[in-house]
Amino acid sequence: MRIIKTAEITQAVKKMCIDANLYLADDMKNALYTACDSEENTLGRKILGQLKENLEIAGNESIPICQDTGMAVVFVRLGQDVHIEGGSFNEAINEGVRQGYTEGYLRKSVVNDPVIRKNTGDNTPAIIHVEIVDGEGLEITLAPKGFGSENMSRVFMLKPADGIDGIKNAVLTAVKDAGPNACPPVVVGVGIGGDFEKSALLAKKALTNNLNSVHSYFDDVQGDTVSKDVLPDNAYLAKLQKDLYTEINNLDIGPGGMGGKFTCLGINIEVYPTHIAGLPLAVNMCCHVNRHVKVTL
Amino acid sequence: MDYKITLPFTEEETLKIKGGDVLYLNGTLYSARDAAHKRMYDAINEYTEKTGKKPSEITSAELFENGITPIDLKGAVLYYLGPTPAKPGQVIGSAGPTTSSRMDKYTPLLLDLGLSGMVGKGRRSDDVKAAIKRNKAIYMGATGGAGALLSKCIKSSTVIAYDDLGTEAIRKMEVENFPVTVLIDSEGGAFRV
Repeated sequence: MRIIKTAEITQAVKKMCIDANLYLADDMKNALYTACDSEENTLGRKILGQLKENLEIAGNESIPICQDTGMAVVFVRLGQDVHIEGGSFNEAINEGVRQGYTEGYLRKSVVNDPVIRKNTGDNTPAIIHVEIVDGEGLEITLAPKGFGSENMSRVFMLKPADGIDGIKNAVLTAVKDAGPNACPPVVVGVGIGGDFEKSALLAKKALTNNLNSVHSYFDDVQGDTVSKDVLPDNAYLAKLQKDLYTEINNLDIGPGGMGGKFTCLGINIEVYPTHIAGLPLAVNMCCHVNRHVKVTL
Repeated sequence: MDYKITLPFTEEETLKIKGGDVLYLNGTLYSARDAAHKRMYDAINEYTEKTGKKPSEITSAELFENGITPIDLKGAVLYYLGPTPAKPGQVIGSAGPTTSSRMDKYTPLLLDLGLSGMVGKGRRSDDVKAAIKRNKAIYMGATGGAGALLSKCIKSSTVIAYDDLGTEAIRKMEVENFPVTVLIDSEGGAFRV
């Protein structure tokens, strides 16, 4: 059994809050820079140039990349042989968010109730998703989520008969309906399968993966614990991912909605088994400031 | 076309500026977003009910003098903004636009009271477009996500109302060459929205 102290968790979360808001992950940064060099639309190119300059100023001067420093979304993979000591696990994370958002001069963007709407003053509570895994590790991913893009996210309870075409239509509908509002170029997190809320969680999780990656439930399952005829042949996912990337970028929404071939920088897909009567499909829209930082304690 | 503008807009400027033009704004912007808009909207409606006047009989000056609105809306330009806190030595933190459509419910009333411009990002409703057209106002877009870059154009910032709203307080800001694209011009001509 491994003991992990809450103080260590708080310290890690605090640093992640600040880092995530000042520096983009390499894959996101590279995608933005590549788009900047390759965009052919004059206005779109100008917008991308501003976004690139913005990133540089943010990093050099420690100003948050975007003023919407988001609601703190935290994914935890907690090893089942870990014992947390020193206080409440959830409070340790919230304290890390509190300290990070205060000492990092980040925006306090959380209200205490959806109707009453009084600012809580410290950007807590965070939204915490915990997954119990084997072993003694504690892996924390912080993904501050801005709500310009979050508000453009959708869940579609498709029918099995809708198939891949239904999936594509739903994703394209979500992107078209978002238009300029989600600060394109966007990153689209797609969750397929599970049930209603699992599909949404898959879509959010997808955004924290490497850009343009696909991942499914059986990827992590040991081959000998599952019968071979249950393992899905998900070669279709790579094609779906590519097709979506192409079709979204043909929409000509473009950077800032000003037109161009870079409406999206990437599509990330997560897949999970589902019910015989369902095909849940969630689209978690994210802007080009797709922030996620991972730490393993 | 590109124009350097010193706010407030002149009548000539509002008529000449077209959707798609790039403006470099100089002068005063007032930050206001969801919570501040709701406060002003509710206060104005409460005042209208209380005085029994028709909305069209109420002036922005009257609302300002009676403390119903913290600014005189006539001729003002709002920036839909909730900035990050300024570090010591900074005028303001990261300061990019928030999504304008969330303010659509409140906007026609403010435009009818003389609001002359709004800076935000993204689409507006048909009601807002109509109100922009009948009042000859201008809706402009700042680049979403460019909060650090745009903060450099803000030379001073003071909270003048609703301090308890934190980031959503109304701030009076002086800007220099603040770049925007005209998304809806005074004739209701829309550019990509």
